[in-house]
Amino acid sequence: MSVKTLTIDGKMVTGAAGESIFNAAWNAGIHIPRLCHIGGLSDVGACRLCLVEIEGQPKLAASCLTPVEEGMVVRTNTPRLQAHRKLIVELLLAERNHICSVCVQNGNCELQDLAEGLGIDHVRLRYQFPRLGVDTSHERFGIDHNRCVLCTRCVRVCDEVEGAHTWDVKGRGRNSMVITDLDEPWGQSETCTSCGKCVQVCPTGALFEKGKTVAESRKDRRFLKYIVTARKEHQWIR
Amino acid sequence: MPTHVQESSKPRAAAVRDNRAKFLERAMSRHHYSGDALIEVLHTAQELYGYLTPELLKTIARKLKLPPSRVLGVATFYHFFSLEPKGEHSYIVCLGTACYVKGALGLLEVLERRCAMAGSTSPDGKVSVNSARCIGACGLAPAMIRDGEILGRMTPEKLNEDLDRIGVE
Amino acid sequence: MTIEELYETQSAELDRRKRLENRIYCCTAAGCISCGAESVKKAIADQIRSSGREGKLEVCGSGCLGLCSRGPLVYSERDNELYGEVAPEDAPALISSNPVDREQLRFKRADLEAPFFAKQHRIVLANSGRVDPENVTDYIAAGGYQALAKALTEMTPAEVIAEIRTSGLRGRGGAGYPTGLKWELVARQPTDTKYVVCNADEGDPGAFMDRSVLEGDPHRVLEGMAIAAYAVGAQQGFIYVRGEYGLAIQRLQSAIRQAEREHLLGNRILETGFQFRIDLRIGAGAFVCGEETALIASIEGKRGQPRQRPPYPPESGLWGKPTLINNVETFANVARIIERGGEWFASIGTEHSKGTKVFALAGRIQNTGLIEVEMGTPLREIIFDIGGGVPRGGKFKAVQTGGPSGGCIPEELLDTPVDYESLAAVGSIMGSGGMIVMDETSDMVDVARFFMEFCMDESCGKCIPCRAGTVQMHDILARLTRGEGTPADIDMLEQLSSLLKEASLCGLGQSAPNPVLTTLKYFRHEYEAKLKEPAGAGAGDSAAAAGGEER
Repeated sequence: MSVKTLTIDGKMVTGAAGESIFNAAWNAGIHIPRLCHIGGLSDVGACRLCLVEIEGQPKLAASCLTPVEEGMVVRTNTPRLQAHRKLIVELLLAERNHICSVCVQNGNCELQDLAEGLGIDHVRLRYQFPRLGVDTSHERFGIDHNRCVLCTRCVRVCDEVEGAHTWDVKGRGRNSMVITDLDEPWGQSETCTSCGKCVQVCPTGALFEKGKTVAESRKDRRFLKYIVTARKEHQWIR
Repeated sequence: MPTHVQESSKPRAAAVRDNRAKFLERAMSRHHYSGDALIEVLHTAQELYGYLTPELLKTIARKLKLPPSRVLGVATFYHFFSLEPKGEHSYIVCLGTACYVKGALGLLEVLERRCAMAGSTSPDGKVSVNSARCIGACGLAPAMIRDGEILGRMTPEKLNEDLDRIGVE
Repeated sequence: MTIEELYETQSAELDRRKRLENRIYCCTAAGCISCGAESVKKAIADQIRSSGREGKLEVCGSGCLGLCSRGPLVYSERDNELYGEVAPEDAPALISSNPVDREQLRFKRADLEAPFFAKQHRIVLANSGRVDPENVTDYIAAGGYQALAKALTEMTPAEVIAEIRTSGLRGRGGAGYPTGLKWELVARQPTDTKYVVCNADEGDPGAFMDRSVLEGDPHRVLEGMAIAAYAVGAQQGFIYVRGEYGLAIQRLQSAIRQAEREHLLGNRILETGFQFRIDLRIGAGAFVCGEETALIASIEGKRGQPRQRPPYPPESGLWGKPTLINNVETFANVARIIERGGEWFASIGTEHSKGTKVFALAGRIQNTGLIEVEMGTPLREIIFDIGGGVPRGGKFKAVQTGGPSGGCIPEELLDTPVDYESLAAVGSIMGSGGMIVMDETSDMVDVARFFMEFCMDESCGKCIPCRAGTVQMHDILARLTRGEGTPADIDMLEQLSSLLKEASLCGLGQSAPNPVLTTLKYFRHEYEAKLKEPAGAGAGDSAAAAGGEER
């Protein structure tokens, strides 16, 4: 497999042909912010947090979906990109009801980490305060739509790894919502295998395990690499 | 005699229902029960039944071999599909730019005052009110669609008369 | 039919027409139908029958006759007259062979020498109003399918593409990508299965050009697609047409049926080895499906959400196969280019924008309707000479081009020529061709709010900047129109505009701020006039005040 050499934030980096800028950067210790990307699942380029500047290209590129190329000069952390990222996270915080103090995922939340990392101490946008429900009909798990950022990790893991495709998105635009089956209570789903993969990949407290305290609520994603390499390479790596 | 009419129309209504299922089946078979044809099949189902019930969506999902959540996801993405029964009459106000600058909001106000809010049906089931993003009749602005027919150069007065005519309170 | 039969059909039909005393065309486009064209057509047909002159007189439907504001329109071929506001009672006078009778209708005549007609240059609309869209023989009589015959028998696919490249034709859907280049990209792909897709999901509010072409001259689009399929090596085509366009769908269905019956589509086209089928796909009410990757998802039966490009559809489109997607008007230009040559087409228009462009005039303008002008025509000429200016002595304020992705152009920039680059330079876009005129009664902040509401409702919800950003921008604009805005709101509006423009996933989100940006640029005083009186220190950050605990 051919190897491409490129520069990311002034650092020489190599990546395999076809590998994404995001991955090449990650392997070189440059961690580009992201929300919808998660290793082991397909990429959709929806959150726009991993946008980077590529020299010679007028448009910003989603690093999760842009393959490395020889001689590329990439910048991941310019003031322009930081300003965009900050506003994107503010948009998310204002879109639904993200109240950390009453969230089971407080202290273990990717959205919270992003906000902290970007230095967001207040939100300059008007809160939308949508009235959204919580579905706790499943015996082991629950979903709180107030905390959902619509990253669709749950939809993808259920479709691509578990194979059940219990989750999908209904509606469009600001009325989008993740659903199970025909928008029926999760507990009554005929397709759900109760595997819990969706809960583990959820970046926020939207999908949670019942009966766990804030201190216990840690998400464990090691299964993704385990299953994906097992499928692709027939190697069971723990 | 009303009771008579009801009795005799009952079996006929059932026959129509059976036919609808057959027509839907035929539409799916024409597309070889391919999941790619989901939107065409939903169009047909809505034409036949007026709106998409959970039972219909379940049937379609099973026959096209698609997960139910994907079928609902598609049915709710497109504004043409309705998951609720529609009123006896349908009024769609065009809110395209040309109609907007020529006073389409005044028409919507009349409907919302006398019938129902946009996107809903009046409590008596008589009228469904909707707005559209340009129906392409800009030369006739402001325009609206009543039961599939385009009404051009509308005014609140004309609309009020129209509503009186179909017996809206 | 064979190619010989194609020409025979044409001459037979032209001979037949020579024996007619008159052929009367009733505009049966959506606009005229909604003001009673069907009953006018029926009255004329009845009148012809009752007068017993069926062999001498003929009435037929036609595509858009252009002057929609005066419908129902009727065109009389014998005396080359266009009549507006025709009523069924006018039928006897219309068919009368006595000029004195016809003089009764003089008040209904439209002046065909008026700038509205004289200043137009018709290529795409050449047949519109001159052929019956429901009758393939009419299209053949007008020289239809001869370009396809020429391409199939006298040209190689590479020569067809070269001709399109020479013509300088660019995509008429709005972005203006060179058509020949796109065809070449698809043709170059080594796979066997390829698709040709016609994007007829015209969704811009204020745009009805594609609708008129499909309703008025559907075979022209089919012929253009067939030529494209031959050039790129595709055997299957799709037309993705808006579900709202019932009449266009009907006309297309019947046109495809007729073309297949005559072997102008389907297997063994014109008895050559070339085969190409076209299927319709009916949209279901989602503006975003006009974006090509969303359109592809929709044809595949999925939620119409755009995806990241590259890969572009010429490499990986429908079902992962190379796919050529062009808009209705682009395909409608193809046959004429093949017929008359790329050089001829390239001689029309400006240096970088060749040919003509169809525009739909609407809003506060005297002559609402459909027009086609040479590229490079100044906006002022379109609005004041062709469009007749603002009615009832109103004062022109702005013209909106390009729909929700375009911008509002003020009076002082009216000498801007319509071509892709000039419109982009003033902050708008060519777009698909909607042109909405606003007068001094239009509130520009409200216009910006209107377009933002449109984008908010039509956002697919996939990427955050567009899904949540349009909501916040609409929120701010609504506050401004209510007189509750602050200077900080305008500042945030600009920040959000920059975010959407640079960070959104697809063209819908990237261009959604254009109406805001252009109104801020040219009509900023209207925004400032609406600001709330400064209420002292600390009132600026309204969001923080309303926010409470944010995390």
